[in-house]
Amino acid sequence: MSLEENKKPTEQNEKKPPKEILLRVFRDNRQKEDNSGHRYDTFKVSTQRWTTVLDALLHVKSYQDSSIGIRYSCRMASCGSCGMKINGIPRLACYTKISELQGDTITCEPLANFPHIRDLVTDFSQFFTHHKEMQPYIHNDMSEISDMKKLSEFKQSPEDVDKYLQFSYCIKCGLCYSACPTVATDTKFPGPQAISQAYRYVADTRDNSTKQRLKIVDDRHGVWRCHFAGSCSSVCPKGVDPALGIQLLRGHLLSFSKNEKKIAQLQDRSKNSEI
Amino acid sequence: MIRESQIMKIHYVTGIAALFVVAVHIIMRLIMPFNMSLNYTNVIANYHNIPYALLLESILILIAIHGFNGLRIILLELRQNTFWERGVTFFTLAAMISVIAYGTRTIILASGL
Repeated sequence: MSLEENKKPTEQNEKKPPKEILLRVFRDNRQKEDNSGHRYDTFKVSTQRWTTVLDALLHVKSYQDSSIGIRYSCRMASCGSCGMKINGIPRLACYTKISELQGDTITCEPLANFPHIRDLVTDFSQFFTHHKEMQPYIHNDMSEISDMKKLSEFKQSPEDVDKYLQFSYCIKCGLCYSACPTVATDTKFPGPQAISQAYRYVADTRDNSTKQRLKIVDDRHGVWRCHFAGSCSSVCPKGVDPALGIQLLRGHLLSFSKNEKKIAQLQDRSKNSEI
Repeated sequence: MIRESQIMKIHYVTGIAALFVVAVHIIMRLIMPFNMSLNYTNVIANYHNIPYALLLESILILIAIHGFNGLRIILLELRQNTFWERGVTFFTLAAMISVIAYGTRTIILASGL
């Protein structure tokens, strides 16, 4: 193909004119004194094919109304800060292109199931408390840094890594927590994020406190309260399947799952005794 | 204290077992026309049949355990405080025992034991 032909505008390369959309933004401030309730402010925004909802919101904040409260950081779906309800569904604003949403009006609201602070900003303290309750770190005597003699490397086969890898992609954006129908009614329920993190460490062969973690989730308001609606998995922007983690954890508690850690330990012991 | 996983094991086992015994119960109803099966003398005859009376007793126990535990789970989701949680647990346990006791009494009386 010659250079001239290459320059010819094809359907894909043709630059489409900017599309104008209406951005409806939830506005409220819980700390204000007059307590006048919430409202929706509407802004006209010109968008391109690649414009994300976060781009549109930041454009509005820069040129139309600087008082909009919004939390964001990386703009590339890594930090999980810009979670909000977009057209009623929990999504990351930086990961949602306007062109993939239907209609010319886009409604942005704060995440459900989180205490509201201002406009699109919500309070994540309860969410992180549940996350911390699961002790999201590896328990192993061999990893104690204070005792250098005990320190050793941990060997894991690719199969071992596969068992928990998808759960380690969680960015703690809170979208699953917001979509969970159980969290909406039961405030003591840890939520899909925390429970799937518990599974992530239960499935990790380097961790040796499975019993302790299972005890934490085996509570009146623990893993058994999941209705298996599956909405947590469908909203996750990183492809994690928290609903699967919850069901696998239930399998461990019901002793349906193979205790692979114990099997591995026994295999190690028998190998050592042979040596 | 009994752990939630143990309660849920009982919940699942009673649920699956109830499916089987209720299926047997329905099949037994279908061996004659449905209207006839509800005839007074037929019902009393059923109770006098000891294996069938035992089947009814097992249905009563399985469904009472499964149903009242289900109710406990639903009620626990409504509110989260210690008073409510303890109250719900004691209420459902008491209701389960009362229903089983009353139903067993009926089965024993009707079977003429």
